[in-house]
This record gives sequence, C-alpha cells and structure tokens, in this order.
Amino acid sequence: MYGWIWRHLPGGTASRAIVSAVLVLGICALLLFVVFPWVEPRLPFNDVTVGG
Amino acid sequence: MAHAHPGRGRASRWPSVAGVVGELLVTGGLVVLLFVVYELFVTDLLNEGKQSDLSQQLHEQWDEGTAASPTTPRADLTGGAFAVLYIPRLGLDYQRVVLDGTSEGQLTQGPGHYEGTALPGEPGNMGLAGHRVGKGSPFLDLDQLRPGDPIVVETVDSWFVYRVLGDVATGDLEADPSGIPGQEIVRPTDIQVLSPIPNGPADAAPTGSYLTLTTCHPRFSARQRLIIHARLDGGVIAKTAEPDGPVALTER
Repeated sequence: MYGWIWRHLPGGTASRAIVSAVLVLGICALLLFVVFPWVEPRLPFNDVTVGG
Repeated sequence: MAHAHPGRGRASRWPSVAGVVGELLVTGGLVVLLFVVYELFVTDLLNEGKQSDLSQQLHEQWDEGTAASPTTPRADLTGGAFAVLYIPRLGLDYQRVVLDGTSEGQLTQGPGHYEGTALPGEPGNMGLAGHRVGKGSPFLDLDQLRPGDPIVVETVDSWFVYRVLGDVATGDLEADPSGIPGQEIVRPTDIQVLSPIPNGPADAAPTGSYLTLTTCHPRFSARQRLIIHARLDGGVIAKTAEPDGPVALTER
C-alpha cells in the first residue's frame, strides 16, 4: 500500500519525500483536531461525574 | 514467468494482500498511539489556552461589574465561568476557572458545577466535577489532599475557605467527627455523595455548607469515582476586606 503510494507520487526521491511528509502531517492534524475531538466524548473512560 | 504456470498469478498475489493488511494494522496501531498522546498531552495544551482565556474574561467581567454573581438566580449563570478554585496543596499557583454545568462542553474547559447543588457559601453541598487525566487534569492529584487542607473558592465579590474533612491531628481522612469522610472512593452511580449533607438523603435540609469534588478513579479509568468532601471554614470573606485573598491561599 505505502509502496504503491510512493510509486505514484510525482518527481524524484526528494520531492516524493517532501510530499509524503506533508501528507503524514496533514493526516496527523486531521486526526488531532477533527477526528479525536469528535470521537472522544463517545468513549466511556472520560466520565468524571456521579449519577449522570 | 507467472504467466507460464496457470494458478501462479493468484498465488503470488497473496504476499501483497498480506502486506497491505500488515501495513493497515501497523497504521492502526500508530493511530491509537497518537490518540494516547492526544489524550495525555494535546488536550492539556488546548485546555491551558481555554483556561487562560476564561480567566481573563472572568476577571474583566468582575472588574466591570457585569458578571453574574453567584447569589443571583441560577439561570443567570448559563453554563459560563463564575468562580475560581484554588487548592494550595496542589501548588501555590494552582487555580482553575469553574464553569456552571457538568456537560462535556464545560468539563473540557475546566471543573464544572453540578446543576442544582449549592453555590459557593450557600447552605447545602456544592458539587464540582473535573477531569483526572487530560483536559488540563484539574483533579489529577486530589488523592494528595489531607484533612484540614484549604480549598478556596473566589467569586465576584467574596472568598470562601473550605477545609477537607477528616481528623487533622492523625491525618485520618475517614475519622471526621461528623461521620463524613474527607475522601472516599465510590461507584459511578453513588449520587448520595452530592446530597445536601454528603451521604445523607437527597432531600435532607442542609445543616452546613459543604464542598464535594468528584473525578474518575483509578487514573486512566472510569470504573470508580474519587470523592473529596470539605466543609466551609468560617463565613464569607468580602473581597473589600481582603482584596488579596485569605491567608489560607498560602497554606501548604
């Protein structure tokens, strides 16, 4: 899978490396600021109240 | 030469399928690790910004005199910040802005006040919930509180000093003359810790002003709740009398 993506990135090794780094950072940012904040309230281990 | 042997083409595809599955599993593992980093560190960083914004807003409101005073009807609080909590045992710089309400929206910003429980200084029991790990971890070290430790609440015009229950002489959190422990670990359903008299009937008439803090227990888990009970020590201290706060703020 990653091999396939690597082969389909444009340019030589240097430009492929830069594009991959940007892709990885973008996915991390998406997870940290969009996906995780959405998922988190739906998980059970954040309960700090009684009763509710 | 796969095409020379019928069937070899299908067989040789298996390593690549296994490779993709393996890569997906490794990726999944990394995403879970990133989630742990998010929970433990990133939410703390985000919360630091939220708390300092809230603190600035609240103090501006207080200075302008437009804040909802806790003595005004509860409807005026509308889920916003209304008080500051100080726990000198957890650090002389420990201060957290308290919001009204205990929904996740409030608790990601700071400790939340259980709706319907007493307000600062009122007879009854003021309940506050806070996160143990992540979201600024306001209640991470509540288990370090000892009998007699001050928990100070600041409102628009007053200071209130609560003290953790228990036997101050022996340091036994269980041995308060009132029978109410300074610290207990309960099930998540044990709502009686928030009763007007902690652990009493839900509709009892209040006999004193209590403060109850709740958070999850053990750390990283929500199996149980760690509870701290404190009682108001002395009365209301007007800010006009002590603009810099009571001496309890520097007690450790």
